[in-house]
Amino acid sequence: MATPVVAIIDSGGANIASLLYAFERLGTKAILTTDAAIIRGAGRVILPGVGAAKDAMTRLREHRLIDVIRDLTQPVLGICLGMQLLADASEEEDVECLGIIPGTARQLESATTCPVPNMGWCPISISADHALLDGLADGAYFYFLHSYALPVSDHTVATASHAEPFAAIISRRNFLAAQFHPERSSHAGSLLLQNFLRSAA
Amino acid sequence: MVKGVQFRNHRIVGDIVDLAQRYCAEGADELVFYDITASPDGRTVDRAWVDRVAAVIDIPFCVAGGIRSIADAEEVLHKGADKISINSPALEHPPLIDELAKRFGSQCVVLGVDSHEQDGSYHVYQYTGDPDKTTAAERSTIDWIREAQDRGIGEIVLNCMNQDGVREGYDTDQLRLVRDNSQVPLIASGGAGAMRHFLDVFARADVDGALAASVFHSAEINISTLKSYLADHAVHVRQ
Repeated sequence: MATPVVAIIDSGGANIASLLYAFERLGTKAILTTDAAIIRGAGRVILPGVGAAKDAMTRLREHRLIDVIRDLTQPVLGICLGMQLLADASEEEDVECLGIIPGTARQLESATTCPVPNMGWCPISISADHALLDGLADGAYFYFLHSYALPVSDHTVATASHAEPFAAIISRRNFLAAQFHPERSSHAGSLLLQNFLRSAA
Repeated sequence: MVKGVQFRNHRIVGDIVDLAQRYCAEGADELVFYDITASPDGRTVDRAWVDRVAAVIDIPFCVAGGIRSIADAEEVLHKGADKISINSPALEHPPLIDELAKRFGSQCVVLGVDSHEQDGSYHVYQYTGDPDKTTAAERSTIDWIREAQDRGIGEIVLNCMNQDGVREGYDTDQLRLVRDNSQVPLIASGGAGAMRHFLDVFARADVDGALAASVFHSAEINISTLKSYLADHAVHVRQ
């Protein structure tokens, strides 16, 4: 079997290198691209994102990728802001997003014990069986770096909690997303990425 | 959270890459790469190191040292850093914080503060990488961390200079004071010499992380052993 090729959609975030390195360590070829044909033809697609939702949506629109992403049928993994982009909208500057997974990203509640942004390792609580979580235990730690998150919904596979619970992993059809950064989440993150590479279309 | 490790730039690249991998394997939660002489020398971090380290580690990676513009930050982030930490350049030109936070998001921008106690109050120092150039910035530490948060900083690493290198424990009083004046994550730095110092700082100052360098470099404290110890004392750590 040929090595699956991963297309990482260049949504404009500056720190994409860590994601490329993560696939390199797994021995998988990954390409950072805004080319619709490459994205459509890839075995797996990653929608990353760092920075503001509005900037990322503007960039996807400029590259005419909105409908390309909506119509993808292979496994797609949104990461961090990329997860929020898959949702209906984000409260951050009131941006309309891709509308693939129901919900609106909201700013995290701040509390004295839970400063925002949430920057750190948090345990996840698994709420539904999913192939993406094969080999991962309830309470596994992942690295989060965010100020916005999607609320817990029917599409939530795992939750995490800051001042309040929020969706850590969501799934709808071929679309998956994680609020944390698997590429910076040590063994647990590596396992999750390997599960994603193995997942059926 | 055991926040990780502070590199000093006198090591050769091969050493740095090996150390980075060792700390990952031991269970460090983050690596902080400091080029401490970058600002006093008027140069930016050696970017070849950033690349090489980013490629081999799978934990968060923060780079500090002489980042004085959007372009500097962008290059470091493109090389694989997840966060950038700024110190002296932010004191020289505080609007740099606003610019970086707007461009990359607060979660990407860490403020490093070198703070020194004088007659019962705390003051900020700059260019601390070079003893000959270290100067008092004539700002109160509390005023500075409040201003920096208003400008959009996402995390604070407070290096308590009185304790730095002394290995007699973190300055928990000062860290507690800064904790009470911060709405963003606070990382303790300076003074770690024994495992109980980590326990003290989490218990007394309620910090979000503790950073150490020499005790890890010298292998006096193994990170995995430290985390087991902290977990045994009811501190939440990733193991």
